[in-house]
Amino acid sequence: MIDLILAYFRDNSGRFFGMLDAHLRVSMIALAIAVLIGVPAGFLCVRWKRMQKYIVGLFNVLRVIPSLAILLLMIPIMGTGVAPAVVALVLLAVPPILMNTVTGLGGVPPFMLETAEGVGMNPFEVWTKVRFPLAMPMILTGIKTAAVEVVASATLASKIGAGGLGDIIFAGIGLFKTELLLIGGLSVALLSLLTGLLFAVIEKTIMKHRTV
Amino acid sequence: MSTAIEFRNVTKTFHGANYSAVDHVSLTIDEGEFITILGSSGCGKTTLLKMINRLYEPDSGSVILFGEDISTVDVVKVRRRIGYVIQQIGLFPHYTVSENIATVPKLLKWDKAKIAARVDELLTLVGLDPKEFRNRYPSQLSGGQQQRIGLARALAVDPKIMLMDEPFGAIDSITREKLQDELLNLHRNMGKTFLFVTHDIEEAFKLGDRVIIMNEGKILQFDTPEAIIREPADPFVQSLVDSAKAKEAFWRAYL
Ligand SMILES: Nc1ncnc2c1ncn2[C@@H]1O[C@H](COP(=O)(O)OP(=O)(O)OP(=O)(O)O)[C@@H](O)[C@H]1O
Ligand SMILES: [Mg+2]
Repeated sequence: MIDLILAYFRDNSGRFFGMLDAHLRVSMIALAIAVLIGVPAGFLCVRWKRMQKYIVGLFNVLRVIPSLAILLLMIPIMGTGVAPAVVALVLLAVPPILMNTVTGLGGVPPFMLETAEGVGMNPFEVWTKVRFPLAMPMILTGIKTAAVEVVASATLASKIGAGGLGDIIFAGIGLFKTELLLIGGLSVALLSLLTGLLFAVIEKTIMKHRTV
Repeated sequence: MSTAIEFRNVTKTFHGANYSAVDHVSLTIDEGEFITILGSSGCGKTTLLKMINRLYEPDSGSVILFGEDISTVDVVKVRRRIGYVIQQIGLFPHYTVSENIATVPKLLKWDKAKIAARVDELLTLVGLDPKEFRNRYPSQLSGGQQQRIGLARALAVDPKIMLMDEPFGAIDSITREKLQDELLNLHRNMGKTFLFVTHDIEEAFKLGDRVIIMNEGKILQFDTPEAIIREPADPFVQSLVDSAKAKEAFWRAYL
């Protein structure tokens, strides 16, 4: 088996890295868009309490749909390729980011906000200098959860023609080649682990005051 | 001597409360006075203080600072001219000590060198070594050190009025005595108007040029410590003074 795996890398390393690249690209685009939607939506929810019901409700409904179903539902709407895969992954990634943004921003204690106002910060400064920085650990945790989910689910995206490491796995299933399954599966697992690790490092560097 | 703070018939009732947190209060405080506000928990001390920097707006009546009705002044401007030490200390956990102290100077866009010099000056003023403390985070400080930083932050832009809400709350009595003496010194040298909330009668009488005694939102007596001890205006004040005397007698028994 090891021989087969080594042989695969000897002959196909170019293709492997191409698929890895596609996988990472889809994941990162989806995550970036999800952050751009989730964080501002979370802000809206906390700033205008009445919107929370609608926004959180909407994404909670979307969340219960299995990710494979979302991917397949995209085909009739957007066809195949990278774009529908990204949309499906974004829908998957927004809820954890949104929820953690709401929890983080809402969890800043009232006396902290009052201090900020008391020293003479205007509302904008209270948000940027106090509320967001204090919510940051929570928001980052949400992004981390989303990132790991996206990296894992991007595997399924190859089903609708977005490429990525899923191609190896599905090829392995089609051709009954265990080494392909192993290579694909382990790569995705490793990638998820590395993603988690990366965020742990980011958290550590940003949150100096928490670790001491 | 000019008037620093004036309350004209100020009332504040919170939604759903059956008595006013601050009830028809009128008072006048001169510039440079050290005023302490004494009263038991829930009597309206914090509410009274917060109406001075407009964290709360009165339901009726007006608050006047140096002749200016503050409801007509931009709220952010009012607050930047007043030093405020909040009851819960309220240091920003994501800021270092020096960033905490520099909060208002930064909002006012002072240049870096001036801010750095001011931070060191203030740290020295509150009795902490700048080299050792300026780069720490609040979580790396003892409660007493945090309260000193809170005081330094409030003093940063040299406000004419300082509002302090039980700043020595969670501190042992020895450190507390020391901080009280330092605060008296600061006050003597700076000529600022101090408002200091406490529920400790010894602290109120030791620090205050004049003491406001509150109960259920009303001011029962506002006078010098001597006058209050000599002539309590009200049975509640009488009982406060009696309890302090009883404590005194308790200690005297051991001398
Ligand atoms: N934001 C608020 N909303 C509703 N009620 C409030 C609010 N702040 C204070 N109160 C009520 O107003 C009254 C006076 O409160 P205040 O905080 O001024 O008391 P205090 O004298 O500072 O007490 P303590 O010594 O415990 O700090 C209390 O009955 C309190 O429950
Ligand atoms: Mg209080």
